[in-house]
Amino acid sequence: MPETTNGQAEPGLSPENAEVIQLTRKDFVSDQEVRWCPGCGDYSILAQTQKQMPDFGVPKENIVFISGIGCSGRLPYYMNTYGFHTIHGRAPTLATGLKAARPELMVWVITGDGDALSIGGNHVLHSMRRNVDITMVMFNNRIYGLTKGQASPTSEFGKKTKSTPAGTVDTPIMPLTVALAAEASFVARSVDTHTEHLQQTLQRAGLHHGSTFVEVLQNCNIFNDGAWRDFTDREVREDRMLVLEHGQPMIFGKDRDKGIRLRGLHPEVVTIGENGVTEADLLVHDEQAEEPYLALMLSRMFWPDFPVPVGVLRAVPRPTHDQLIEQQITAAVSASGAGDLAAVLASGETWTVE
Amino acid sequence: MTTARTVEPELQELDRVTIRFAGDSGDGMQLTGTQFTRTAAVYGNDISTLPDFPAEIRAPAGSLPGVSGFQISFSSSDIHTPGDEPDVLVAMNPAALKTNVGDLPAGGALIVNSDAFSAQNLNKAGYAANPLTDGSLKQYALFEIPISTLNERALDGLDMTSKQKDLTKNFFALGIMFWLYGREFDATIRWIEDKFGKRPVVAEANIRALKAGYAFGETTEIFHTHYRVAPAKLDPGTYRNITGNEATALGMLAASKLADRPLFYGSYPITPASDILHQLSGYKNFGVKTFQAEDEIAAIGAAIGAAYGGAMGLTASSGPGIALKSEALGLAVMVELPLVVIDVQRAGPSTGMPTKNEQADLLQVMFGRNSDSPLPVVAPATPGECFDLAIEAWRIALKYVTPVVYLSDAFLATGAEPWKIPTLEDLPDISVANWTDKETFHPYERDPKTLARKWAVPGTPGLEHRIGGLEKADITGNVSYDPDNHHRMQLLRQAKVARMADDIAPLEVFGPERGDLLILGWGSTFGAIRSAVERLNAEGRSVAHAHLRHLNPFPANTEKVLRSYRRVLIPEVNLGQLLLLIRAQFLIDAEGYNRVRGKPFRIAEIVEQAERILGVGD
Repeated sequence: MPETTNGQAEPGLSPENAEVIQLTRKDFVSDQEVRWCPGCGDYSILAQTQKQMPDFGVPKENIVFISGIGCSGRLPYYMNTYGFHTIHGRAPTLATGLKAARPELMVWVITGDGDALSIGGNHVLHSMRRNVDITMVMFNNRIYGLTKGQASPTSEFGKKTKSTPAGTVDTPIMPLTVALAAEASFVARSVDTHTEHLQQTLQRAGLHHGSTFVEVLQNCNIFNDGAWRDFTDREVREDRMLVLEHGQPMIFGKDRDKGIRLRGLHPEVVTIGENGVTEADLLVHDEQAEEPYLALMLSRMFWPDFPVPVGVLRAVPRPTHDQLIEQQITAAVSASGAGDLAAVLASGETWTVE
Repeated sequence: MTTARTVEPELQELDRVTIRFAGDSGDGMQLTGTQFTRTAAVYGNDISTLPDFPAEIRAPAGSLPGVSGFQISFSSSDIHTPGDEPDVLVAMNPAALKTNVGDLPAGGALIVNSDAFSAQNLNKAGYAANPLTDGSLKQYALFEIPISTLNERALDGLDMTSKQKDLTKNFFALGIMFWLYGREFDATIRWIEDKFGKRPVVAEANIRALKAGYAFGETTEIFHTHYRVAPAKLDPGTYRNITGNEATALGMLAASKLADRPLFYGSYPITPASDILHQLSGYKNFGVKTFQAEDEIAAIGAAIGAAYGGAMGLTASSGPGIALKSEALGLAVMVELPLVVIDVQRAGPSTGMPTKNEQADLLQVMFGRNSDSPLPVVAPATPGECFDLAIEAWRIALKYVTPVVYLSDAFLATGAEPWKIPTLEDLPDISVANWTDKETFHPYERDPKTLARKWAVPGTPGLEHRIGGLEKADITGNVSYDPDNHHRMQLLRQAKVARMADDIAPLEVFGPERGDLLILGWGSTFGAIRSAVERLNAEGRSVAHAHLRHLNPFPANTEKVLRSYRRVLIPEVNLGQLLLLIRAQFLIDAEGYNRVRGKPFRIAEIVEQAERILGVGD
């Protein structure tokens, strides 16, 4: 039995089995023509997902992609696995039922910022707190793309869109903060164009055993082009993003001379070597911390005040929803024996008419 | 008043008695009624019950909205309803008297707890004068019994406060009724011991109260007569008492066994459907998985997800929750997965009257989805029949690979009747196999006879495919915007449901095969209509009763049956929903009788409507 990064046995996931079943990226490409706009960030996410799948060692008939509505919702059609394109916001609910009924399946939920955080917000909260063993990948482009350009729950305050010509008056949601508050056991962030990092993040996410929330910063080149450009572009990314690594000090910058230090209850950006700051003063990342304080702090750090953290913010072991359900069934069977229908039908007080 | 008996009371045989227990919602009236019901059922009477309780858990004590009632009719012959009106009303306080005495016919027995008729309670009930003394009850056989005082005396010496003692007075009242109708109290004592085993003082108090009430009836001269209602001649077999919600849960459990598939139940608490969740959550040793979802949408979403995985996905709600589930139900229609949705109807619209009865969601479940979105609808007619229709809903869902709506209602859900326990061998095999053949698989290729699509579940090698809410291309199931394909698929979805008409039980007629009047019903109106037709037939009227268990599609012979009578009357506890469907589909000039009072029909009002149509008395 393979082990996850948090040391738990992982039924259904067999990375060492990957060589035995010998699938390649091509095996995961369906016969359907991909129909996103040319230049859309979704292409990259699809490609990295297909590329990563063989490494899980899971037979493709045991993999299910479930999506909601929005541009992201089309992804299951392009994966040559089982797939279910459901209704707006409800993908986590179907995934919860499927995983409870069929614990051996590997279930992915593909969603977007509108799908997951507006219409489906409630289901995201509850699937996370239940630790449903699903891998939720949320494409965040800060806009409603499929409906042609309205403000989304992650659109920045004051954003002018078709539906908010004078600027939105709504404060945006911080997706990772929400996932952490909802007790997700794995929380991570990556970027559509940072392909290597994205694939690594998807790998970690797929191997995690429990409710997994991955925010992928994704570019909608038609309705919100360049939404993340200020910190994701090649020239600036090293100075404006913080790549998290478990057990490592939080260092960033082209010259690896910037870091994050805690001042009171707040993070601050410092320069190593200035004002007596040394590497030893910096925060050390701990994705496995029992309490999510550090992860919550990281989830609130954003450009331009801070470098944008990417990577795994949190990965903790917790019994999964389907495991707990199975345990109760096992306990009930051992306590009272396998169910006897005839006995249950005739339970309570009975009488016989001759 | 309570002098010891010097003459033996007279014993009178009765065919049928209807008792209503009414009191404050804290007085334990539901419990009292349930205990009387069990005893009558075990004794062998036919029974029918109607609990009537407020939605508030504890409305202010002594207030009119806080009154809780439980009516039971028990008989030595076959009965179908809990009785139009009580023969005996037990009123534990002025509010209970005020809200219920109007239903008691002149001459009816009225037993009151006179201790509760304090100035304060009279005021809360809105009585300006004490009805026990102002002569306003003189048309009834009034028995004033100081139940609280007598009960407290019986509990003398027990280590309890007066208030705690007073909580047992319902058992004193029950004891009186047991004596009055010649019932044994052993079963109730066993129940008390079982229930309060860990609190021996409470058990002792309730047992003493019960026995004291019984002894009071036996030894005082207040009652000159007591009664016997002989056992009914039911079909031979083993029986138990069952409510509609219990039978629904058992039926779903049995269906899982008969289909040899695990049951997954996704649900969000709602009155009056919650008891199904409570019961199914106790069947874990059958492998039943229950899921209390975050909302109604998640409940059906999870059920659809489980169905997609090959389990029997089940969800339940009442009207407001069904409204929330509608979009997902449309998805189930589009992706063609087997799913059963239980709607335990209640009075609406909106929150309406959550604990009160209505059968007004028929058009909602037929048409309450975007576009043409046909699905089969079944409806049990009696509490016991909920079991059979649960299995029937699953037979259809699995055979035709389709969502099915199962319409129960508050009256069926909480009402009880004796139920002949079925033997497993007599139940149908409803199992179906999933598609596994790689060579011949197209997800939207259909069985030529049933039009069921090929259902393959995740985990089946080589059959990886995608489904979803977007329109499907015929056969391949790929996304399609082709105009002719959409038209064809709409017709296929419609034809699939229509074809079931030949695969469901024909509409049966009770009474003459042709005649002056057919009374057509569905759901929980069965008892009142059947009793009315029995009465009309006994009077020589040419009236028949037909009751639909399948509301979509209608059984194949429905039109033929309807056209065999000069007139058709459709009584419904809604404003004419089946009526609309029947008139639209068959162009038959049927007439409705529609009353929505949150209560089931009385037999007399159905008889009256039939007589009006037949011109009796003109």
